[in-house]
Amino acid sequence: MTVVHTAEDGANLEVDAVVEVATFRLELACRVAAGEVLGVLGPNGAGKSTLLRALAGLTAVSAGRIELGGTVLDDAGAEVFVPAASRPVGLLFQNYRLFPHLNVRDNVAFAPRCQGHGRRPARQLADSWLNRLGLAEFAGRKPAELSGGQAQRVALARALAAEPQLLLLDEPLAALDARTRLEVRAELRRHLVAFAGPTLIVTHDPLEAMVMTDRLLVLEAGRVVQQGTPAEVARQPATQYVAKLVGLNLYAGTRSSGGAVALDGGGVLTAAGEALAGPVLLAIRPSAIALHTTQPGHGSPRNVWQGRVIGLELLTDRVRVQVDGEPPALVDITPSAVAELGLVEGTPVWLSAKATEVDCYPPS
Amino acid sequence: MAFLLIPLVSMLIRAPWHGMRRLLAESQVLTALRLSLECASMATVLALVFGVPLAWVLARLRFPGIGLLRALVTLPLILPPVVGGLALLLAFGRSGWLGQYLDSWFGLTLPFTTAGVVVAETFVAMPFLVVTVEGAIRSADQGLEEAAATLGASRFVTFRRVTLPLIGPSLAAGSVLCWARALGEFGATITFAGNYPGTTQTMPIAVYNALETDPQAAIALSLVLLLVAVIVLVSLRDRWLRAGSAP
Repeated sequence: MTVVHTAEDGANLEVDAVVEVATFRLELACRVAAGEVLGVLGPNGAGKSTLLRALAGLTAVSAGRIELGGTVLDDAGAEVFVPAASRPVGLLFQNYRLFPHLNVRDNVAFAPRCQGHGRRPARQLADSWLNRLGLAEFAGRKPAELSGGQAQRVALARALAAEPQLLLLDEPLAALDARTRLEVRAELRRHLVAFAGPTLIVTHDPLEAMVMTDRLLVLEAGRVVQQGTPAEVARQPATQYVAKLVGLNLYAGTRSSGGAVALDGGGVLTAAGEALAGPVLLAIRPSAIALHTTQPGHGSPRNVWQGRVIGLELLTDRVRVQVDGEPPALVDITPSAVAELGLVEGTPVWLSAKATEVDCYPPS
Repeated sequence: MAFLLIPLVSMLIRAPWHGMRRLLAESQVLTALRLSLECASMATVLALVFGVPLAWVLARLRFPGIGLLRALVTLPLILPPVVGGLALLLAFGRSGWLGQYLDSWFGLTLPFTTAGVVVAETFVAMPFLVVTVEGAIRSADQGLEEAAATLGASRFVTFRRVTLPLIGPSLAAGSVLCWARALGEFGATITFAGNYPGTTQTMPIAVYNALETDPQAAIALSLVLLLVAVIVLVSLRDRWLRAGSAP
């Protein structure tokens, strides 16, 4: 049986493991401190769900170990494997997986019952959790009678009622419509702050990752490609996937001692700042690039190159112009600028970007 | 359609409606009916006790030889019941390879006893329950079982509190089907348990018996069985259509 833990003793999570499922291989080493919220970001098939399943004990690791608060949950070498039912780990599934035949109260009372509480004490515990999450009025309802946002909160209450030491959330807001998502996001954030143990949130929603987490871990094809605070990841993305998520132009290249960077995909860009020779990444905000129909004059140190418009997309207050060239770029300009320049698909253009707007950093 | 209907209609036409009360009031008929109902119910209970865990194993576990196990479980569905009865006799008969020990160690004899009727009926009818329940467990949402595990539920608790309620309708349907099959069981029963009024003579065997001595009584008995079949069908009507799908 799971030991009941009070909210005070937060445990640290330490993972250094390989998980193999069929032909897929996830390799990961990370540490999540008590009270910290780690966002796990990555495209579909990157291994995010595999990571959560391994932590929850639904999949065994094939090498390495998982340790939570000094207790080994999984150690392939020592043949230690604590099964899911005995792990103090709460998992909030993407589609909630509420028990359809039990009402809300009995769903939440499920874990206390498994921990050996009688029917009545378990229901009292469930009621206190429902109160805490503002769900008391739904106690008698069946999951089918709940809205998406309510079901999400019930699932959270059910997971928390097990008093886990580690909380895992698999795309907690993905199943909600945009309006509900806003409300639930703020509320979920509050509950996560109150949770003493480490939390992992799997997501591929950049906004969710930015506002709900303390630190981000980016997974791609079963490997960690970047770790850092949301601000760091948003400013200096390590891969095209992250760059696209946070809306930046990202180029990989090699910087010579002179400061010019020869891009891997063709073209040369110059970045300001101290000379950093060798392989680098360059990030440019779409709004930091200007478009011209004639060649701009040479002023302050700037990058100027030619391209051709291949797409126009209206974002709320600006137009994102997709330009093919060496290098290709996404450029944000105002709708009036689009009209003045007479941009349509196929228009040849000049692009310019100040060297100070080009962020140059080593690849992670 | 007519092919299916004509025999039933002719039985209704030829039924000795006037003497019905007298025929059915005969103590032999009532004894056979009660024996049939009791044995079929016992067989269903046995099938539930052994069949549900078996269905879970077939639906959820993966090990070498599971295909063979599934084939063995479904074999009585297609095996002529007489052959089943003979096989039971060879195994549990007084000189059968298991039966001789049952006899000498425990003083238990199955063949030609009421217990033998239950064993024969269970043998023939259990696959109906196992197949129905296995399908239901297979299609039950495994995600819910995983959720139960992450909440601290052992396999047994998960089965009892999550899987079982989800497959409830199919379990009921499988039980009724199993019970009806046990009620109508003839071949294996007469081979293994014989035809002793009061102890092993069930309704179908009584019908067969009566056909040789009193055809009118045979029709009357058959009508009772037909009535039971109709009741079963009506009771299954709702569940049968929903079988396998979680509510």
